[in-house]
Amino acid sequence: MKVELTVNGKGVTADVEDRTLLVHFLRDVADLTATNIGCDTTSCGACTVLLDGESVKSCTVLAAQADGRAVTTLEGLAAESGEMHPVQRAFHEEHGLQCGYCTPGMVMAIVSLLKENPSPTEAEVRTGLEGNICRCTGYHNIVKAALAAAEASQ
Amino acid sequence: MIPPSFTYARATSVDEALALAAEHGEDAKYLAGGQSLLPLMKLRFAAPTVLIDLGRVTELSYVRDEGTYVAIGALTRHHDVATSELLLADIPLLAHTAEAVGDPQIRHRGTIGGSVAHADAAADLPASLLALDATFVVRGESGTRTAAAAEFFKGIFETALEPGELLTEIQVPKPASPSAWSFQKFNKRAIDFAMVGAAVQGAGGQNTAVALINMGSTPLRATAVESALANGASIADAAALAAEGTNAGSDIHASKAYREHLARVLVRRALEEASARA
Repeated sequence: MKVELTVNGKGVTADVEDRTLLVHFLRDVADLTATNIGCDTTSCGACTVLLDGESVKSCTVLAAQADGRAVTTLEGLAAESGEMHPVQRAFHEEHGLQCGYCTPGMVMAIVSLLKENPSPTEAEVRTGLEGNICRCTGYHNIVKAALAAAEASQ
Repeated sequence: MIPPSFTYARATSVDEALALAAEHGEDAKYLAGGQSLLPLMKLRFAAPTVLIDLGRVTELSYVRDEGTYVAIGALTRHHDVATSELLLADIPLLAHTAEAVGDPQIRHRGTIGGSVAHADAAADLPASLLALDATFVVRGESGTRTAAAAEFFKGIFETALEPGELLTEIQVPKPASPSAWSFQKFNKRAIDFAMVGAAVQGAGGQNTAVALINMGSTPLRATAVESALANGASIADAAALAAEGTNAGSDIHASKAYREHLARVLVRRALEEASARA
């Protein structure tokens, strides 16, 4: 079927199989490979992207369900000048990553979290990230980065 | 993992959804948020040949005050149930149960009607709706009917819905003491389904409802606990009866005996918390 998405502000149209998952559309059709496939079972959150501004797991959304809607991936966060998004900068400054595999999903989940709750407590950040798993168990600095990004955005 | 091949069909209204279901017959399945169905399809536990996407049936996304009860459109997302000011004030058990489902990403997609129609015995919302004596509104080709929560859940992934019928609305009576609620769930990781869970509405004594998650093939009312409370038993004595009349299974996560133990502990905690909040 024909699917038309707005990905990071640009239109992407393709004829795909009805069963195409959003994550495959983003990686294989739109050629945006920051979004990782981790567990593929709606558990780990590595494939988190924003659908109309809200975090979703793109391994558990059909491209057809997202037809006509706006998707933001990690590639779409930084300003055109190259200036990092506050959450990206906070990950850099707080050393919020180790191997980096969960990072794109963590960053997108935090962008969505801070939109809903701009000044979260540490406990709220930890609960808000319950859908994202870091196999390096590097949660401490990820939470620090989320709190730093919230402060920087005030 | 990729789901098995299917034909995607999109409905934009209830009438269109029912017509598509009638056209495609029993091989078709409704797709709400897809947070349970798509993972099952990827694992080949389900292989419908047609998916009827309800995502654009916006007429079924609402939380409405109807005086003595709250009407919730079947396609209202967990996120919207969890953040509804009306539900937080009048039926906090339901809002907080929705907040306990999955994780934020799942709550941005999953719907209350999807959870009810899917009828996983380990799901959170069906048990709380059973404790709250909810009524489900169902539309089919021949019209609209209602089913009480107590008669709706028939078995594992099995409900009173006939082929082609669509769950459209959930009606939840406002409890007399909204603040006397508790939702308890025991799981290994935050995002896991409950190994066992308990939903309580009421502060002990008469009219306290207790429902159990994952203690049988459907959500169950802990009737022995409820009768004991109505007859003046203490919370501790009543909670000791929580496994009576249940039929928990044994699996890789827990034995039947362990689940029965969890039911007694979680019901006691839930009753204590609901009483303290009342």
